[in-house]
Amino acid sequence: MRIQVTTGSSIPIYRQVVDQIRHGVATGSMPVGEQMPSVRALAGELVLNANTIAKAYAALVRDGVLESQQGRGYFVAARREIFTRKERQRRLDEVMDPFLSEALTLGFDAEQIVVEVQKRLEKLAQVTD
Amino acid sequence: MLDPVIRTDRLTRYFNRRAVVRDLSLGVPRGQVTALLGLNGAGKTTTIRIIMGLLRPTRGRCEVLGQNSSGLSPEARMRIGYMVEGHYLYPGMRVSECAKFQRAGYSRWNDAQFDQIVSHFGISQSTHVAHLSRGQRAGVCLALVLAPDPELLVLDDPALGLDPVSRRALNETLVEFAADGQRTVLLSSHLLDDVERIADRVMLMIDGRLQVDTTLDDFRDRVTGYVLEADVVDPDRVAAIPGLIEARRLGCRLHLTVADADEETSAAVERLQGSSVESIDLPFTDSVLAWLSRSRQQQSFLGRKRTGEHA
Repeated sequence: MRIQVTTGSSIPIYRQVVDQIRHGVATGSMPVGEQMPSVRALAGELVLNANTIAKAYAALVRDGVLESQQGRGYFVAARREIFTRKERQRRLDEVMDPFLSEALTLGFDAEQIVVEVQKRLEKLAQVTD
Repeated sequence: MLDPVIRTDRLTRYFNRRAVVRDLSLGVPRGQVTALLGLNGAGKTTTIRIIMGLLRPTRGRCEVLGQNSSGLSPEARMRIGYMVEGHYLYPGMRVSECAKFQRAGYSRWNDAQFDQIVSHFGISQSTHVAHLSRGQRAGVCLALVLAPDPELLVLDDPALGLDPVSRRALNETLVEFAADGQRTVLLSSHLLDDVERIADRVMLMIDGRLQVDTTLDDFRDRVTGYVLEADVVDPDRVAAIPGLIEARRLGCRLHLTVADADEETSAAVERLQGSSVESIDLPFTDSVLAWLSRSRQQQSFLGRKRTGEHA
């Protein structure tokens, strides 16, 4: 997977790294158990301050996306629920609100939105199979 | 602050009757990359020259590696890599001769490190300095300050005038240098995108004074934007917004940049517009630009100087 970082964005760089790795894991392009590059290697590759990468990895470990194995590095973690039901709902709402307002502004109606979401889910299922 | 490598206390420097650096109290923490930002003439180079002991302060103190900077011992100096603005080299020398010349002044010298950086910038050791491009000269300068394996690197505008390829090579070299978390970098720069990539901390100087000294993350968190749909606004009410950094009119909208926004701030902003206003997250570059623009706007009605400045 290739991570691409944009400077001058309203999204902090560490957040961009977190989001892209999270996406890679969610879509299966980074399979469970895969070893991540070391903090230093990824910092060198992306030309970013190593502390930024360390912070991104720490956030991903906290969220259960990665796991850190003492002395061996970071690995894609098996999926497990680490959030409460309420927290999961909150996080879903957080991403759904901007998505829905964008879709509605573009003139899609409720039915079309559901169809589009379904199409996407099927596509994702094919990728991860 | 834990273990600062550079510490200044109320540092002030006059040139004739003009104060170029005023009451500067700062700390550069060990193991981090700190970027010193400011417009031309803000006092960055003067500050760096005082830190390096090349200029005495009119008032105040400056300590580097635990020693007073106006009397740094040769041993302490060898632990510091200093690159002056402009990438100067003796034009008559070959690249390899530059290394030979420089290493005579150091007890430690890593040839492999020098060679690696020079080749990273695409330079052959036998080239005459006079035939190097600006970016290549920067590469040789950087290799010369890094070969003695300094624990503190002080770079005065290292990216000045570099082409994009040399700029990337410079950033790569700095990221690699700082990656072990033990070595400290202080650099001045105008390239906000590069600073966003490589710096842990940001210091912002305006007219000789330090206005911001914090981590990049904290800086982002503490600067907020508002966009108002307001045709006519009372400039006094804009100027009275708590923490206002900058106000800019773009078309029929008013863009406000505010430091440490709280309920009082949003209340003041909403009173201006007469309805609720949502704050927006600003890119790092925009936040810095807002601070820097303020210093250029003191004549304009929106930029009038406020009392009780954000420190």
